[in-house]
Formats: sequence, C-alpha cells, structure tokens
Amino acid sequence: MTWIESLTLNSPSGFWNPIVWLVFLVIFAIIGYLIYSRGNRSYKPNTDQVKPFLSGNKVEDVEEIRVRAGDIYWGFIEALKGYYDVLMRMHTGDVRDYILWYLGLGAIILFILVGGV
Amino acid sequence: MIEHLPALMIAVPLFGAFVAPLLKKKGSAPAVWAMIITGVTLGMALLLVREVLAQGMMVYVFGADSPHLVLPSGYRVPIRIIFEVDAIGAFMALSATLMSFIGAMYSYSHVRNETGLEKYYALLLLLEVGILGMVLTGDLFNLFVFLEIAGIAGSALVGFRNYRGEASEAGIKYLIVSAVASLMVLFSIGLLYGQYGNLNIAYLSTQIGFNTVDIIALGILFTSFAMKCGSVPTHHWVPDAYTEVPSGINPTLLVATYASLYALFRVSFSLFGKVSSGMSSVGWIMCVLGVLTMFIGVTMALVQKDVKRLMSYHAISQTGYMLLGVGVGLAVLNDPAKLAAFGRDAMAGGIFHIINHIIYKSLLLMTAGALFYVTGTRNLNEMGGLARKMPYTTIAFIVGAAAISGIPPFNGFASKFLIYETSYQLSPIFAIFAMVTSVLTLASFVKVFASAFLGPPVKKYEEVTEVPRSMVVAMLILAALCLLFGLFPNVVLDKLVYPAVDALLKLGSYQTWGGIL
Repeated sequence: MTWIESLTLNSPSGFWNPIVWLVFLVIFAIIGYLIYSRGNRSYKPNTDQVKPFLSGNKVEDVEEIRVRAGDIYWGFIEALKGYYDVLMRMHTGDVRDYILWYLGLGAIILFILVGGV
Repeated sequence: MIEHLPALMIAVPLFGAFVAPLLKKKGSAPAVWAMIITGVTLGMALLLVREVLAQGMMVYVFGADSPHLVLPSGYRVPIRIIFEVDAIGAFMALSATLMSFIGAMYSYSHVRNETGLEKYYALLLLLEVGILGMVLTGDLFNLFVFLEIAGIAGSALVGFRNYRGEASEAGIKYLIVSAVASLMVLFSIGLLYGQYGNLNIAYLSTQIGFNTVDIIALGILFTSFAMKCGSVPTHHWVPDAYTEVPSGINPTLLVATYASLYALFRVSFSLFGKVSSGMSSVGWIMCVLGVLTMFIGVTMALVQKDVKRLMSYHAISQTGYMLLGVGVGLAVLNDPAKLAAFGRDAMAGGIFHIINHIIYKSLLLMTAGALFYVTGTRNLNEMGGLARKMPYTTIAFIVGAAAISGIPPFNGFASKFLIYETSYQLSPIFAIFAMVTSVLTLASFVKVFASAFLGPPVKKYEEVTEVPRSMVVAMLILAALCLLFGLFPNVVLDKLVYPAVDALLKLGSYQTWGGIL
C-alpha cells in the first residue's frame, strides 16, 4: 500500500482523501488572508475605539452580559416545544420506568419476530 | 507463550485487581500498578491482534491437557470453557486495553485527592477483565459471567464518589439495569441450553434452527444487549452513569458498553447467522433503533447544561451510528449482491465507528473532567473564558468536537462517510437522519465551546491553570489518535476493521474452530 493509498478511503460509490481537504483549506486560508490584509488599518486595540456603545447608556460588566449555555439555541428549543415535552416526559429518571421501557421494547421486538411482521 | 495469550489477557488484569488493595498505604502505588498492568495488557492485546491477523482465529481451551484440545476424549460436543478469538474479538480487546491504559494514566492525577484509590484501581482492572472476557469468550454462559463482572465493577465505579448522592443513585440504577439485562441474558441462554444441551457459541450456531423458542431467546438477547449498549428507548441509564463516573473511568466504561454491542453483533451474526433469511427483520429493527438512538440522543444533548451529561447523550447518539451501520449489513445478509455492493462497507463503517467513537468520546469526556477538575462545576452556565487558562484542554476539545461532528480530516468523518453512503442505499431516510444528527452534534458542541472556553473571563476562575501533566498527556494521545485515524483511514480499515467485519460475515470459519471441528 503506497502512502497515498493509505490516505484514501474508498466507499461503494466514491472516495475520500484528506489531501484534497487540506488543499482546499490552504486555498481558503489564502483567500481569508487576502481579505484580512485589505482591512481597515486605523483599528487600534485597547483604546476607547473598541469599546461597545449602547446609545450612551452605561455598559455593564462583560461577565454580566455574556450569553450563557442555557440561552444558546433558545429559539430552536422553543420552536420544538411539543417534541421536547414528549422527550422530557420520557426521561423521568425513575429506575422503574427504565425497566418498563425495557419490557416494552422487548415486547415489540418479540411481536415483530414471532409474528413474522 | 503466544498460545496462552487469550488466557493471559484475563489472568494479568485479574491478578492486578487482587494485588491493588494490598498497596493501600503506599501513596500513588495503586495508580502506578494499574498503569503497569493495563500497559502490559495493552502489549498483549497488540500481540493477540498480530497473531489473529496472521494465523487466523485462536482457540483456547481452559483445563485441557493442551490449550487446543477442544474435545475431551470420548466426547462429541465441547463441554469445557473455550475462548475463540477472531478478528472482531481481537479488535474489541485492543480497544478495551488501550482505553483502560489511557484511563489509568488520566486517573493518576484526576482522582489523586480521593480516598479508597486502591479499590478504584482494583475495580478499574476488574472492569477490564469483564470486558476482555466478554469479547474473547466463545461460551454463552461465560459471556454472562463476564457481563456480570463488568456490570458490578462498573456500577461500583459509577458510585465511587459516594459522598455525592447523585453518584450513589446513578450507581444503583446502573446496577439494577445491568442485573435485569444480564439475568434476562441468562434466561435466554437457559432456553438455548435446554434445547441444544450446549453453551459453546460456535457449536450452537451449527445446531440452531429458528423455532419459536429460538426466536424468543433471540428477542430477549437482542433487547438485553440493546439496553446494555444504550440504545433508545432503553438508554436512560447512560447519562446518569457516564455523568457521575470519574472521567478516568469513562473510556473503559464506554468500551464496556460497546462490549454489549459486540455481544449483540455476535449473537446476530455468529449465533443466529445460519438463519440469515430470518435475520433480515432483525437488521431492520437494528437500523430503526439506530436512527431513533442517534436522533433522540442528539436532541436531548442540545438542551443539557451539565457538560458531562451533554456528552453522555452524545454517546447515546453515536451508538445509533454503529447500530445503523451494522444493521444495514444484517438487513442485506441474505442478499449476496447487496451485501457485496454496500452491506459489507456499511458494517465496516459501523465497526470503524466503534473505535473512533471510543477514542473521541473518551477524549471529550476527559476534557469535561478537566473542566470539572479546575472549576469544581459541570454547569456550563457558570463557565466561560477558559481557553486562555487551559490551552491544551481547549485543543483537545476542539479536536474531539470536530471528530464527533464528522468534520474532516478527523476520524469521525471517515466512519460516518461510509455509514452515510451505505445506509442511503438501503433507505435514503436513514442517511438523512444520520446527516441531520451530525449537524445537531456540531451545533451542541459549538454551544459547549462558546460557553466554557470562549467569552469573557469569569472572575472566580482567574487563578485556574491547566490540568496536571498526566491528564494532558492522556488527552493529547487521544487527540493524536483522532487525527491519525482520520488521516490514514485505509490503514485502520485494512488492518483492523475489514478483518473484523469478515470475521462476523464468515460464519463457516468461526464454526470450524480453526479447523478442529
């Protein structure tokens, strides 16, 4: 097996080679650098220039206004509220329910196999 | 020496487990001892893999005059405990020993301040014994015994931090679930023994029909191993157990879970492989359970705020990929054209995903353990800005998150690529669910990264520093493996995965016990 073959993953209808990916990464990195290099040179870090402006209101401590994990994907979860209500009811944390789920799954599998569905 | 390897794989960690409590008052000696024993076992597993790949299946008979003397004089059926190690068994043994070694190394610092460490390491080694016994044995009753050993050692480790109420609760839940599953396994073994009067898997597979009692035994075995491997809807114990167990045990506990998955595959392909036409329904059940497992697992992960609990739900989700990959192969087992066209590759994807997932999920759970180690909390809402303080952990997390999300060139992509393509050929719906699951996986890891590692620094963590060296080394080894397995997928597939797949598919060579029967 040559080194290029060892890098190639063949699948039933195609192949994958990380070298191709790396070539694309390099191309995109060069494009990114070109965009970056044309950026505004008047930017000065650690000055008032980079402080947030909230219509003249006092800016709170950044620690107080950071986005917490519980807030991320709030909209997604709210949109799927019905689905999550069912999921939460399924996850009771009660070990007796764990065994009931086991019995339920076993019954369905036996019904399919014995019944020849 | 080589011919005794299957027995030594059990004997060495068992000896290590019995010696560990004697080192109670010797400081860090139990940790060093566990690293030595798991390291030796890893070396033996490498030898075992080399031997099995070169010479074919290894058969070891306990208590015989010669380890290869399968049938005692005057008998027509095997009555002794026999280990039958083929490529899939060796593959699983290598995974188990590698993860036990990494886990012992990580534990050296991670649990240094806990009490009862001699018991901790004894249980870690016993858990390794249980897994190795499950994947090396060729005897159904023996499988049950090792399943029990792994279950009891695992539940004791889940409840190891007994000063935490949650840990004790999770340990008891794990024990109950394990006990129910393994007793039902014992019941179905009894059904088979009652009919065929033997417990050897290879021998039983030559005799087995597909009568109603066999089907009932298969159904119970399937359900029990599905529960033990964390398949939806019997997955509820997984988040409790993985969250509460110390992070150094997470890798070994993961392999213990997948030893049950291995048992499910062994039962489906080797024990009932002869009745392949009847196994198509079992393959479809496996695929449907796989899809449900991956989707429900990932959507539950998305809403978690506890970093380890989030990752535990991902472990459930990733199990779905393995079930789907191997399920596709099982569904087309009686169709040689489809099996050759995509079934074998689907199984390769599923089995490749086992080792990939063991590597990157262990890595991710270790990074979660590292976060807990420095912050004292697992609540993502309370974390922030830790990338500056923990650069190595951050790199390890990025690699693990990219790998689990199937981003190239990391290892998760390689196995998922095979699963997407092949499951699409059985049913496009399966592939769509698999890809959507990967997108949601990435989304939830972006959430962890943004809330724990990025953002403004949190004042109470101003003084925290990177975790101790042994934890960093363990994480970086796994991160390197994620990259290596992703860059050279063909090497892993050719040397480890396809031989394992063929071991499951070529029932004839399993039944011949290396040409003896």
